[in-house]
Amino acid sequence: MSLVIRKYCSIVNACINVDGKTAFSDPEQDGFKKFIRAAYRHFETDYPKFFKMDSLSKLGFLSVEVLLKGESISGKYPIEKTGIILTNGSSSLQVDEKHWDTIRNREQYFPSPSNFVYTLPNIMAGEAAIRHEFRGENTVLISEGFDAELIFNITDLAFKTGSLESCICGWVEQYEDNYESLLFLVEQSGHENMVEKSEEDVIFEPSTLLKIYKQEL
Amino acid sequence: MKPVFAGAENIISSLGFSAVENISNILTGNTGIAIDDSGIYFPSALPLSKVDYAQLENLFAGTVPGEQGKFTMLEKMFILSITDALQQSNINITSPDTLLIITTTKGNIDLLDPDLQKEFGKQRIFLHEMAKVITGFFNNPNRVMIISNACISGVLGIVYGERLIRSGKYRNVIVSGGDLMSEFIVSGFQSFQSLSEKACKPFDKSRDGLTLGEGCGTIIMSSGADSFNDIDVRVLGGAGSNDANHISGPSRTGEGLFLAIRQAMNLAGIIPEKIDSISAHGTATDYNDEMEAIAFSRAGLESVPLNSYKGYIGHTLGAAGVIEAAISLRSMKMNMLFRSAGYEHHGVTKKISVIKENMEKEINTCLKTASGFGGSNAAVIFQKV
Repeated sequence: MSLVIRKYCSIVNACINVDGKTAFSDPEQDGFKKFIRAAYRHFETDYPKFFKMDSLSKLGFLSVEVLLKGESISGKYPIEKTGIILTNGSSSLQVDEKHWDTIRNREQYFPSPSNFVYTLPNIMAGEAAIRHEFRGENTVLISEGFDAELIFNITDLAFKTGSLESCICGWVEQYEDNYESLLFLVEQSGHENMVEKSEEDVIFEPSTLLKIYKQEL
Repeated sequence: MKPVFAGAENIISSLGFSAVENISNILTGNTGIAIDDSGIYFPSALPLSKVDYAQLENLFAGTVPGEQGKFTMLEKMFILSITDALQQSNINITSPDTLLIITTTKGNIDLLDPDLQKEFGKQRIFLHEMAKVITGFFNNPNRVMIISNACISGVLGIVYGERLIRSGKYRNVIVSGGDLMSEFIVSGFQSFQSLSEKACKPFDKSRDGLTLGEGCGTIIMSSGADSFNDIDVRVLGGAGSNDANHISGPSRTGEGLFLAIRQAMNLAGIIPEKIDSISAHGTATDYNDEMEAIAFSRAGLESVPLNSYKGYIGHTLGAAGVIEAAISLRSMKMNMLFRSAGYEHHGVTKKISVIKENMEKEINTCLKTASGFGGSNAAVIFQKV
């Protein structure tokens, strides 16, 4: 069995690339919030819950959305065999600070459940799982920066144990003004459900992940 | 494929600082949940399961003299917990063969407080910084693995540790899960109205919410059967899943948890009839316990003795999976089923067999499950050799 990268998608500096080619860029460059909304509209996403999400979930959600545009992963594999394995550096610190602001002063104490629920980094994976009905393994790991070995090892083992037959994996990071994401759609080459690509398959291995990371982010 | 053994349990909770102390309190029927009216965590009084910080500081001063000021409260828990686990094993934490996995939901979240932040620096809030401090303390040469996946973090740590050893990537994995009681967490859960005004009562008819806890648990896994001093228990395998239903509410059908259990049983090569006990998640919220009961019932596990340890130590979040697995390993080694504290009258629509009294029973195979925010579920299976 060999694993292949079917597709990849990166988001950084108000620009979204798919397989290395620009799919959307926002010339305004006017901060993350405006950019992500413009991107949402550009890809004609129809999912009003998007606007309730925190910035990290918005980034993770839209990254998965763009990656899967034109794919039909959830129809191809058993529902419990598609997973999402994400890595991230700052956890949910941005929204943690927002929650903290609502409780730091007992005279102005107004913690909100709609804010608190996003104080976990795996909510972004949960949002994407709901949207695409992925019921497989769903994990967020924290690393200081993009860690090709970590992403590869965890994803590879989930395939090797038979837990997954397809997976979205990668790096989604957002804190203050900084944001970047790089996601890979990984499938097994030769799997009966996999639609073969016309060009050569890109082998899923740490050196390839690192190469794409350096090229994209 | 290498077999994976597990042992060397440590538990730091409101019931003590070692597995022995925690188990002894559970056997006696003591709960660590008490009303907290300090005002530190919430404006009004609430039941909480708190670690005794004065004793923690004493133990830390005895273990690492003169270094108290260098570490946050949670880091001290991790260091003490891992130190105690290492003493029950002959593995070498400084070897490149040994990986450390840290599982936590919020890490040093108390450092959002400006006064504490001044003391330790803002950088320490980042989970990778906290994890580096811990791995640095023990001189472990590998890049520490950090799992922050809500309340299933601990179980996932065990699942991934098993896979990493089985595939030959590491000989030993130390998985340590920890989370701290904080105003941050208490206010958030209270805003969800998911906290009970009394000690939580998992699976009981009168349950009305969870009780928050704090603590740290550690388990060591190894491909070496001779890594531990006592009876060998194997980790057969585990899996994760997602409900794909709601980010903060459990699935009504139990589908996600059922899938995780079924997948874990498949990977472990175990049929439901072979499972002797279940350590459930059992938070004591209305919807969660009902969801779990449906999932266990669908998985054919209605008659398997089951408990939730949250009636003793509350919900310890990212630590829960490791702490509760550690208690389960002890339960297996002792061949003793522990009473599910707080359970009196059956309160879920499906038949499940919640343990009402401590009793002796041969336990060869045990299932541990967890479910959490984000719709995540995980299950892992242990078996005595």
